[in-house]
Amino acid sequence: MERHFMDSQTKGVSTGTTILAVTFNGGVIIGSDSRASIGGYYVSSKTINKLIQVHDRIFCCIAGSLADAQAVTKAAKFQISFHSIQMESPPLVKAAASVLKELCYNNKEELQAGFITAGWDRKKGPQVYTVALGGMLLSQPFTIGGSGSTYIYGYADAKYKPDMSKEECLQFATNALALAMGRDNVSGGVAHLVVITEEGVEHIVIPGDKLPKFHDE
Amino acid sequence: MAVYMSASHSENAFNTHDFVPEWAHEEVSTGTTILAVEFDGGVVIGADSRTTTGSYIANRVTDKLTPIHDHIFCCRSGSAADTQAVADAVTYQLGFHSIELDEPPLVQTAANLFKQMCYRYREELMAGIIVAGWDKRRGGQVYTVPMGGMIVRQPVSVGGSGSSYIYGFMDSNYKPGMTKEECLHFCTQALALAMERDGSSGGVARLAAITEEGLERLVVLGNQLPKFSNA
Repeated sequence: MERHFMDSQTKGVSTGTTILAVTFNGGVIIGSDSRASIGGYYVSSKTINKLIQVHDRIFCCIAGSLADAQAVTKAAKFQISFHSIQMESPPLVKAAASVLKELCYNNKEELQAGFITAGWDRKKGPQVYTVALGGMLLSQPFTIGGSGSTYIYGYADAKYKPDMSKEECLQFATNALALAMGRDNVSGGVAHLVVITEEGVEHIVIPGDKLPKFHDE
Repeated sequence: MAVYMSASHSENAFNTHDFVPEWAHEEVSTGTTILAVEFDGGVVIGADSRTTTGSYIANRVTDKLTPIHDHIFCCRSGSAADTQAVADAVTYQLGFHSIELDEPPLVQTAANLFKQMCYRYREELMAGIIVAGWDKRRGGQVYTVPMGGMIVRQPVSVGGSGSSYIYGFMDSNYKPGMTKEECLHFCTQALALAMERDGSSGGVARLAAITEEGLERLVVLGNQLPKFSNA
């Protein structure tokens, strides 16, 4: 995911990862692979965690330059906790997504990072927001991102149903990640999944050999 | 930043082509989605129907499933001119070979003729082709000859710009041992998904089933395609 020096010449270049977030009945699941690579030639980390907790019930996952993403999420984490203290209540998922959007939009020339923000709040329940490379903010029932996501658009469109149960949603997210990791050479490693509900946050790690296998494997 | 660089570059290009629209100097491309699936007794092939010159859709009802012989078809993706030229040449060569042999030709022969041409002229051509058909020796077969000119037989193969989006769907939904109807259903769904996501694919879905008995062609119109929108 570290930017190869040639990438800076083309804006909107796809980045070495697969990330997704899906709402289900009562919560949201956010997931990613765990590979960091340099230009697709060298895997610099097999076990990186791309799911960053920005507040108790709000996570975001990063696509793009690792350095940019870390800098932005650090700033966003601070702003969101400050906002939460001022308001004396847990922040809205939309607020967290907006903070990231402001940072991405105002610094769009320098930054190369996109985010998926997902979480649960009391006002609207489970939500998923995409913040794209240039700073667009969009709310969706589910979303996929990163270079590996190209290969699972068809699968995700076909298999997503609104109001799934937690188990169905876990199966959907795991399958999607496994399929993308199977086709994209810069996505791989283990599958990280975080289940966010009103009750709390559950982190699931599925090692490579326990991922679902498909017909030609 | 890159965005401003490319904007100024295209301004220069526009000064030399002041009154000519973009599509008049863009090559005609079958940015496309094509696929083929083997089943016991034959193959099912499918393609979208959009041909573009830049952002103009030159033909919205293209037939990208081209007969090479009675029981052998090819699915074309890439430059429309290149693929038509190569397909015509292979059709001639295969017809001649079949007369010499006094037998229907093998699918593997057709596929290798494509490969020879695509590999020899790999620098000049932009052609990704899937060859599929039925013959008496090996039944239904699918051979893919992507850009560069390699050849490999696969039970199921997708190609073209729209194919990227359906790799996941193909991996999870294809099962060996499907019937002809299941294959047709699988192909229709895959085409519909790709056409919805790929800007260079669209129009109608054309399908064909090739078996020992012969050929069966189907067209699924845009409004009859399965819908996967979650809007």
